[in-house]
Amino acid sequence: MTDHEQVTPILEMRQISKVYGNGVYANQQVSLSVNRGEIHALVGENGAGKSTLMKILFGMEKPDQGEIVLEGKTVTFRSPQDAIARGIGMVHQHFKLVDSLSVTENVTMGYEPVKRGFIDRKTAKEKVSKIAELFELQDELDTATGKLPVGIKQKVEIIKALYRGAQILILDEPTAVLTPQETEELFDQLMKLKSRGYTVIFISHKLREVKQISNRISIMRQGKMIDTVDTDGITEQEISSRMVGTNYSKNLAKKAAEPKEVLLQVKNLTAVGMNKKEVVNNVSFSVRAGEITGIAGVEGNGQNELIQMITGLRKIDRGSVCIMGRDTGKLSIQELRELGMSYIPSDRMEDGLAVSMSIGENLISTKLKDRRLYRHHLLSKKKIRDMANQLVRDYRIKCDSQETPVSMLSGGNMQKVVVAREFTQQARLIIAEQPTRGIDVGAAKFIHEELIRLRDENCAVLLVTADLEELYQLSDNILVMYDGRFSAYFPNPDQVSETELGNYMLGVKIQSETEIGRGCHEEEKPAI
Amino acid sequence: MGQILEIIFTADFLHSIIRLSTPILFATMAALISERAGVINIGIEGTMLFASLMGVVGSAFTGNVWLGVLCAVVSGIAFSGLLSFFHLKLETDIVLTGIALNLMSSGLTIFILYILTGDKGVSTQLASKAVPNINIPLIQDIPVLGSILSGHSVLTYLAFFLVIALAIFLKKTKLGTYIRAVGENSDSVETAGISVNMVRLKALLISGAISGLGGAFMSMAYVNMFTKDMVAGRGFIALAAEAMGRGVPGLSMLSALFFGMADALSNNLQLFNMPSELTRLMPYAFTIVALGIYAAREQRKSKA
Repeated sequence: MTDHEQVTPILEMRQISKVYGNGVYANQQVSLSVNRGEIHALVGENGAGKSTLMKILFGMEKPDQGEIVLEGKTVTFRSPQDAIARGIGMVHQHFKLVDSLSVTENVTMGYEPVKRGFIDRKTAKEKVSKIAELFELQDELDTATGKLPVGIKQKVEIIKALYRGAQILILDEPTAVLTPQETEELFDQLMKLKSRGYTVIFISHKLREVKQISNRISIMRQGKMIDTVDTDGITEQEISSRMVGTNYSKNLAKKAAEPKEVLLQVKNLTAVGMNKKEVVNNVSFSVRAGEITGIAGVEGNGQNELIQMITGLRKIDRGSVCIMGRDTGKLSIQELRELGMSYIPSDRMEDGLAVSMSIGENLISTKLKDRRLYRHHLLSKKKIRDMANQLVRDYRIKCDSQETPVSMLSGGNMQKVVVAREFTQQARLIIAEQPTRGIDVGAAKFIHEELIRLRDENCAVLLVTADLEELYQLSDNILVMYDGRFSAYFPNPDQVSETELGNYMLGVKIQSETEIGRGCHEEEKPAI
Repeated sequence: MGQILEIIFTADFLHSIIRLSTPILFATMAALISERAGVINIGIEGTMLFASLMGVVGSAFTGNVWLGVLCAVVSGIAFSGLLSFFHLKLETDIVLTGIALNLMSSGLTIFILYILTGDKGVSTQLASKAVPNINIPLIQDIPVLGSILSGHSVLTYLAFFLVIALAIFLKKTKLGTYIRAVGENSDSVETAGISVNMVRLKALLISGAISGLGGAFMSMAYVNMFTKDMVAGRGFIALAAEAMGRGVPGLSMLSALFFGMADALSNNLQLFNMPSELTRLMPYAFTIVALGIYAAREQRKSKA
């Protein structure tokens, strides 16, 4: 290898900034430099801004500031077609293939050779075949892509990008859908592509893979580029602590938990996702009254599906969920709520609120059975207003009046509306999913204090969060989720460092079954 | 019952199935091409009706039957162009727009007819031409089979030819491939740099042209005049036929023939003193029963 000839960057993204409509910086002055012929990993937690940066590079999003320099020339991409024309190809996480069309038809889509008005299948096949040889796929060219396994479909996507003349290949979390064997195969092929002079940008948060495949690593956190380093000069632990960030302060008053009876009992819960993969795999734990149990984990390791099953949003494939001792399998969501469950969903705009409706209407939406809202068997506007105004005052929701549509509020105040609704229905079990994501510090602190107050009033709280600071501040015990299972249970969060936690989050370390089993809080049965 | 069977197993009856299937077959192919592009063309009924009047008017004024057919095709394209403009450009709901255009077509045809002839029901005052029937050499001499297959309208043969042409078009041409791809996963087509709306527009225009041929058959071959609302639901029956044929040209043709048979049956049953009000119900009753059976089977399959 002549490493010294490869130092000219083929691609530079300079000072890229992108602000989304709700005022959140997805990218803030991000710079990225990629060398010709390298495999360049882009790592960061979900929401760190990796995908946005790559969408900008592929012409799917326009940057608010900054420029892209490709082979020394400044370029502007108005659409993916522009990017494709300049030799950039992208393999999306969700494949863009037409299942009933053959591999050849999918690869050549939009760029078919034509002879006398008909598609020239022979030429098309020959052209595709040349590229497919690299992937040992030349025998599958006539197969309908719908019949192919996921790993092969991904290869088809790569071939499609190469057929369009890609020199720089962006792979968006390519291993997320692959089995370990398929991953190995993909890596072999990426090495082959690299040796042929292709440049690969590899988005991932699986550090082991990144370490294995890449030459250099760029680390992003909260919309900013933290660093670009040589892969050889950094350990997985170091990447992880830079990805997650470490500085936080414990400034929240909280007394020791006094856990009592079990309010949520999850036993052997399993969710089967697409491709028949177990996204939640035989998971058991419990949450007791008077404690906050935190679930940590890199997003996409099954936390979503777990919460969906507990809250009744997703069918339980195997196992059981008991709330207040009742099996929830056959209960409707309304019945779950009547049992005392309340839920703060991670997506407040989509699942938490009806944003076009008023604050008042949102606040009463779960309380329509409450007699206090009625007068002569009809909803009373005055009574609704009184209740809403009370909640707006109690939860310090900043707004003109309770008639303001929720969509006019800031993220923090929207979340307060959700919280005000959920915390005022005699809840005993609170499921809080990313309760303070993307909201200002003041609102976050308020919500944290409320959660602790409810804990002290004997509620059970299950907290799912990607924010380690929040996790440490609130949790009385921590479960770590990795690849659909728990990889650790810590009865005492103070005694585990965030580096250690990171190791379990990324599956570098996994506790024994008995250690994790402590999360069920069952008394040891005496052996007979 | 024996009498009914006697009628069904005659060459005449089979001949009439082919004749009566022709307009349904045109409409089914029109439904098929747009459905494969992911647009359900509810407007076929109105398109056919409008085209059948324009065919009559065109042939009457030019004195040439083929110019009449051309008129029907062009007006079919124009009519579905209007539907495309609303649905693709203004992004209106396809079903609502289709229904509105169907109702408009029903009124508009009567209005035009009245302006031209002073009559609100039939176009007998217009000296329109008929598309000729042709006898196929060799085949016409085969006993029984000859009398079934030969002696149909040129448009009937065109309809069956169209089934093959469409199958090849969808499989072997660029546009055909894009149409299939758009119907299945429009995202993949968009990322390949092809305009999904453009593909859908072309599919709808082709659909309109084929509906135009169906309209021409109604007023220039099936009968030799235009009558009020003469398409009589065939444009809707076609949607059922296309669905039961699962969008495959060959299978859709078979279900079109099935509905043609229902039509033929309803004509013949009148010979047995059955009230015509009842027999005329046949094709529509067949449609709903057939759709029910089809849907139930599909449901069972998807559960298995």
